Parts: sequence; structure tokens; C-alpha cells
Amino acid sequence: MTNAPQLYGLIAEFKEDGKLVKAVKQARAEGYRKLDAYAPFSVDGLSEALGFGRDGVARLALLGGIFGGASVYLLQWYSAVIDYPINSGGRPLHSWPAFIPATFEMTVLGAALAAFFGMLILNGLPRLNHPIFNAPDFDLASRNRFFLCIEASDRKFELAATRAFLENLDPIKVTEVEN
Amino acid sequence: MSPPTATTTLDEAQLKVLGAGYSYASISDKISDIVLTRPTHWGWIAGFSLCSALMLMFVVAASYLFYKGVGIWGVNIPVAWAFALTNFVWWVGIGHAGTFISAFLLLLRQTWRTSINRFAEAMTIFAVAMAGLMPILHLGRPWFFYWLIPYPNIMDLWPQWRSPLVWDIFAISTYVIVSILFWYMGLIPDLATLRDRAHGRLQQILYGLAALGWRGEARQWRRFDTAYLLMAGLATPLVISVHTVVSLDFAIGNTPGWHSTIFPPYFVAGALYSGFAMALTISIPLRAIFGLRDFITARHLDNIAKIMLVCGLLVAYSYAVEIFMAFLSTDTFEKAMVLNRMVGPYAAIYWIVILFNVIIPQCLWLRRVRLNAMALFAVSIVVNLGMWLERFMIIITSLHRDFLPSSWGMYYPTVWDWAILIGSLGTFGWLFLLFVRFLPSISMSEMRKLVLEQHQGKA
Repeated sequence: MTNAPQLYGLIAEFKEDGKLVKAVKQARAEGYRKLDAYAPFSVDGLSEALGFGRDGVARLALLGGIFGGASVYLLQWYSAVIDYPINSGGRPLHSWPAFIPATFEMTVLGAALAAFFGMLILNGLPRLNHPIFNAPDFDLASRNRFFLCIEASDRKFELAATRAFLENLDPIKVTEVEN
Repeated sequence: MSPPTATTTLDEAQLKVLGAGYSYASISDKISDIVLTRPTHWGWIAGFSLCSALMLMFVVAASYLFYKGVGIWGVNIPVAWAFALTNFVWWVGIGHAGTFISAFLLLLRQTWRTSINRFAEAMTIFAVAMAGLMPILHLGRPWFFYWLIPYPNIMDLWPQWRSPLVWDIFAISTYVIVSILFWYMGLIPDLATLRDRAHGRLQQILYGLAALGWRGEARQWRRFDTAYLLMAGLATPLVISVHTVVSLDFAIGNTPGWHSTIFPPYFVAGALYSGFAMALTISIPLRAIFGLRDFITARHLDNIAKIMLVCGLLVAYSYAVEIFMAFLSTDTFEKAMVLNRMVGPYAAIYWIVILFNVIIPQCLWLRRVRLNAMALFAVSIVVNLGMWLERFMIIITSLHRDFLPSSWGMYYPTVWDWAILIGSLGTFGWLFLLFVRFLPSISMSEMRKLVLEQHQGKA
């Protein structure tokens, strides 16, 4: 256990989404890399400003869909042709058009499950606590305030200099966040 | 030409998707206060008491059914499918409008969906839950319902994959799961708002757990947006497929009145028709009781009414095609079925269906009606009834007189049939009232974005 509460980072609070996006861009230009931007809704262009590229959710959904559809088609083929062949009104055992509905439904289910759980896992959720919740006023991040946090682990982080930099961005206030 | 000024200004004010003067904070507070701080409205208590009583009736009716068997209903040969299947199709159909509003309108970037999608999705989940119960109640041996699901078993049996009833369980269970995921995912940021605004410890803990630790970080939002859009893109064809499969339950059989290729589009249009009617039936009292007229505006009601009108016309077209095709085919049994519907023992139901689903809704062409909440409420009730009766007509009149006159019969519902139907309505209402009391019935995070767009002059 560490004895003194360590610093997680410095957080600046803003009133408008535009100011936050601008602040993120300036911090990136300044050389800061460990940045987190918090907003009460999805702000256009914010993740791009943070330098966040592809989010990976779509790829997971594609894989989930393929897996869902292919596995249930295979199951139908195996059970109807190999394991339990039944002559149903003279239809061929491998009567693929009749296998489409279940295949379609399981494709959708697989993709939806992958999109939902992929989003959660990539986002690191569920998670019981996070240092950022120690920040004063952070309850407003889900209401009407926008926050930029520069983490203390950033290589360029220096308490005084970083604070001065954040103060310059026209925030409501800048505070320290304890770990 | 009359001077347009007075009416246009009135319309413009009324037809906004959001009332004027809201900020991020005030819109979040107004919606979350319904759940967190506002005292319970007497209308909610009255409705909840009534629905609880009806839910208990449903429990009693279902318990007696499980004890005694399906013989307590009016079903017999030849009419072996009746109320339960009618209720099933009706409830699934109601669910579809919710998905249509939240998914399809999202893909089309219709901003007016924002304030109604949450409760429409809740409507979907509860309606599909009611629908899913109906076939199980009807099974006779309901404890074997899982035999429809493929799993390795000691009987060495597999489901018959060519049966629409097997497709049905795949379609309905996928629909239930995807609807719940879609709804819950949209709720996560709002649950975080409730967590942050709650004052009671218990509320903080419960909403906090449900919010899964959502922080609203930009990368989280980005993945959330992608996943939400993907779910919408998946849910849209899913809705169409689910009701297509439901219609195939009938169309694959060779019974006159069922065996028709128009069934899938006909059923999908009918599903959206009754679903949008139910959306009106719910949203009009909801916005009155909780003072949400700034969020669910005349514009929403107007748009829903227009979609209802379109779906109603598609349904009317399908009725006409059924008659036309029966006579074009010159098939004795098809013609007899159509005539039997019109002048047979259940003719009254046929003509009520025509009146309720085709004739009365034509008043929605009038702007005056679409902008009048009371009138819309009345029309929505009429369409809900009409669509239930339509399914009853399709199922019962097709079964009670098929090929052999010697095996004709009649179906009369018993008190237990009615108890299940009315009880399912009560259970649906019970779930819905709990939802509006404990969860935000309007998406706050999307409304905040709408406020931004309104300030930028886009909405």
C-alpha cells in the first residue's frame, strides 16, 4: 500500500463542448498524450481530437455475426443431414432455404451480443470505481459540464506547468484529482 | 388566400421537436426528477392499482390453466388456435413499432424520435414479453417448451428445422434479447446521470451498479455510438424478419385464408400499424401525467399519426388483395373463405375490422385531427381494437370452416380466454408503470445533444 494519496491528474472543468474540443487539441499540440475528455453527451469530433482511431466495435460485431450465423447453419445441416435424417414430405435433407430463418436470426443475435459486450469490454466496463470520480463536481459530467483530465503519469506532466497550461484554456476551474 | 401569419406561427411553435428555453442542466433535471424527487402522481397510483389487480387476475388465470389444461379455454377442433395466438400476434406487432421508432428512425436521422425512443423501446420489451408467454401458455405441456430449442438430449431428437414454429422461437427469442440489449445500452449514460444526481444512498448504489461505471469519457462515447448504430442497423431487418416469421406460422399451412404469399408484408404493415397506435395510446397520457408536453410535442403526435395512416393504407390494400386473389384464383375454398368472412357467422367482426382499420383512420388525413391529442387518442384505441379483431378474424374464420363441411365448427371464448387477454394488458401496464417510475422515460443524453443542435439551429 502506498501511504500518501498519489495524484491521478489535473482536471479542468468547462462550460461548453466547443471549449473542451479546443482544449483537447491544444493539449495534444502541447505534447500531452494521457488525456481524458468527459462529456454529458457524445460530442462530435472529440474522440478524433484525442487521436482515437478505429474503435474496434464494428469488427467484433462482424465476427459475432459470422460466428452466430455459421454455427447455427452448421448445426442445422449436421442435425438434419447427418445425425437425424428424416424424410419430410420428400424434401431434400439439406433443404437450405428452410435453414435461412434460424441462420438469419442467429447472425443478428451474434452480432448484437458482440457489439454490446464488445463495447462494454473495450470501454473497461463494468467497473466499480475510478479515480476520476474523486474529482470535485464530477457528478456534473453526466449533466451539463465538460472536463479535461491530464493524467499525472503523462511524461510531460508537471504539476505547476500543467496547471498553468490548463488555467490558460479558460476553464471554470482546475483541480487536482487524487488516486 | 387567407392571411397565413396566425396559423403558421402557431404551427411552427407547436411543431418543434423540443420546447424552447431548455439547457443541458434543465433538461436533465426535468427528466431525472420524475424518477428521483417528484412525488408520485395520483394518476400513476390509480393506474398502478388497477394494473396490479389485472396482473393478479393474469396470474390466477395462468395458474388455473397450468393446473387444469387448455380445456378451460374455448379452443377445440377445428378451432384449435384462438385467443392465445391472436394475443401473440397482436402483442408482437405492438412491439415492432418501438423498434421501428428507435432503430429505423435513428438510421434515417429523424431527430423527432429522440424524445420517444426510450419509452417506445420499453413498450417493445414488455409487449414482446406478453407475446412470448402466449404460445407457452397454449402449449398444453408448457414445461416442455424448451423442446423447440436444439440441444443435445437423451431422446436423440432434433427440432424440425423446416417448421415455422421452430423459426418462431429463434425469431422471438432473438428479438427479446436484442431489444433488451438495445434498450439497456441506451439507458447506461442516463443511469449514470441518475447515479450522479441521486441523494439517497440506496438510489446511488442501485443506479450506480446499473450504470456499470459509465464515465462519459470521449472514447467510451465513441464506442458507444458505434455499437448503438450497429444495434440499430441490426434491429431494423430483425423487426421485419420477426413478423415475417410470425406470418409464416400461418402462410406455410395450406388452410384457405392463411396460405398466401402476401402474408409477410401484410403482417409487417399491420404490426407497425397497431404498434404506432399503441405508441399514441401510451404517449398521450404519459405526457399529460408527467408534464412532458415540451418533449413529446404535437410534432411527435402528428408524425406518428402520419405513419399510422400509411400503414393503415397498406393494411387496407392487403385486405383488398386477399379478396381479389381469392376470386382471381377461382379456387372454391378461397372464395368460400372470403364470402364466409363477409357474410358468415363471424361477419360482424369482419365489418368492424373494416370500419376500425380502414374507414375511421381516414380522418387522419385531416391536419385538425392529427393536432388534436384527444382525437388521436380515440383513433389509437380504435386501431388497437381493430388490429386485435383482425388477427382474431384471420385465425378463427380460417380455421372454423375449412375444406370439409362435416368438420366445420364454431369457437366461443370462455371467461378464461378473456382473463388471459385482459390480464396480459394489465401486466403490460404494470411493467410499463414501474418503468416510468424508476427509469428515465426519455433519453437524457440524446436530449442534451438535441439542445445543442437546437442552439446551433439544426433542430
